[in-house]
Amino acid sequence: MKNLNYSPQHLIYLKKIKRNKIFVNFMRSFILVLILGVWELCAAFKIIDPFITSSPSRVVKTIIDLYLNGSLFYHIGVTLFETLLGFIIAIVAGYSVAILLWMSNSARKIFEPYIVVLNSLPKIALGPLIIIWIGTGYTAIIFMTILVAVIVCIMNTLTGFCSVDSTMLTLMRSMGASKILTLKKLIIPASIPALMNTLKVAVGLAWIGSIMGEYIVSRAGLGYLIVYGGQVFKLDLVMTATIILCALAGAMYGVVALLEKRLLKLY
Amino acid sequence: MVEFKEVSYIYHTKNGETKAVENMSFSVKKGQFVSVIGPSGCGKTTILSLAAGLLTPSYGKVEKQSNEYGYMLQRDALFPWRTVRGNIFLPLEIKKRNSPKNRENALMLAEKYGLKDFLDKTPNELSGGMRQRVALIRTLAAQPDLLLLDEPFSALDYQTRLEVCDDVQTIIKSEKKTALLVTHDISEAIALSDKVVVLSARPATVIGEHNIDFGDNNPKHRRECPEFATCFEALRRQLGI
Repeated sequence: MKNLNYSPQHLIYLKKIKRNKIFVNFMRSFILVLILGVWELCAAFKIIDPFITSSPSRVVKTIIDLYLNGSLFYHIGVTLFETLLGFIIAIVAGYSVAILLWMSNSARKIFEPYIVVLNSLPKIALGPLIIIWIGTGYTAIIFMTILVAVIVCIMNTLTGFCSVDSTMLTLMRSMGASKILTLKKLIIPASIPALMNTLKVAVGLAWIGSIMGEYIVSRAGLGYLIVYGGQVFKLDLVMTATIILCALAGAMYGVVALLEKRLLKLY
Repeated sequence: MVEFKEVSYIYHTKNGETKAVENMSFSVKKGQFVSVIGPSGCGKTTILSLAAGLLTPSYGKVEKQSNEYGYMLQRDALFPWRTVRGNIFLPLEIKKRNSPKNRENALMLAEKYGLKDFLDKTPNELSGGMRQRVALIRTLAAQPDLLLLDEPFSALDYQTRLEVCDDVQTIIKSEKKTALLVTHDISEAIALSDKVVVLSARPATVIGEHNIDFGDNNPKHRRECPEFATCFEALRRQLGI
């Protein structure tokens, strides 16, 4: 399919696109370097107090210290495990509930107000209950993660199911397709873009859930490091954990975005 | 093949009821191509749904010799995540007739009508006219006795529309299928059909039936016949436009 005999105009056009891409990537890196540099310099010349604001070099030193005493990957692992497990359970549960609600119009109407209320409720209000019911282990944190993410998963996927093209539904009906067959052959494949969107939103919510959970109960994890660091006034630790969190959340979003790109070629 | 006997249909909504079809009688014989024309919004789609059995008449009866029908819609509704081949196989999968023999049959139809090189393409790679042809082959794949066509050309631009229109008629005639088409396009109805049924505004009822027997069965030739204009005028006057 590739045509290599492009006109000179087209080559100029391609070059322009490439240049723009390079420029964007350069500016992105430049801004990051600029922020880190200014931060480091301000701390070095005591314009800001590094005891309170930390500094890039102190963050690196903290990461190395954590790595050397073996707790770096332990804390990352704990948080990552809680987030991923909560995320997966929330997606699976949300998707299943959405399917059940799609199957029955009455069920959808009956449960709608409950879902709306649960969605608006700040889940952290349930913190004390979760501690008493489930305890203070990591199951409580995973439960919190699920709680934060699942309702949005239900609502988003259900909206996706319900916005499938009505002509396609008529077509299925004219062929005498049952509800199950319609679900299998039309609704599920047609709503993959909606599912991908849900995954993206849920990634963010799962991180909120797990860190919030670690704030309330926990003896390990990045959220724990942040709370602990704050309590003992080790702001280096707080900054380090926050930066690691940024990197992890970005990476996880990147994985989902990549998956989306792969799957949505056809839509 | 299909006979409407004094059929009435009433739509119910929360705000009241609407009579869409009133006391309608006409018939479609085996092998016939019948068009139903009427002002827009007169309940043409309702008639097809009644013929298909998707709706049950409020009064009267729709008598059918066969329940094997294929529905072709205004928009092609091809699934973008399936290839052309996958789209053509869809009715076989839904009707649980996905045997190698039936699949072979559907593929033969596709090849016969010029889709051979497109089987592994996705619908988004095809032109509007080609998509509608895929939709027709999909409709024919399950080997229906009766084809129900709901303004299948109205979403196409004029030139493609003439082409696809001729195309579809040729395919339907050479496969010896019975067809019931609803449309608001008078010339389309005359060019394609053996019989045109004219409907009134809502509630729809039959105000005229015209047998079209001039020219041969080719829509292109028929459009060129001198009788075409006379017939067009007669139908236009009956519709009151």
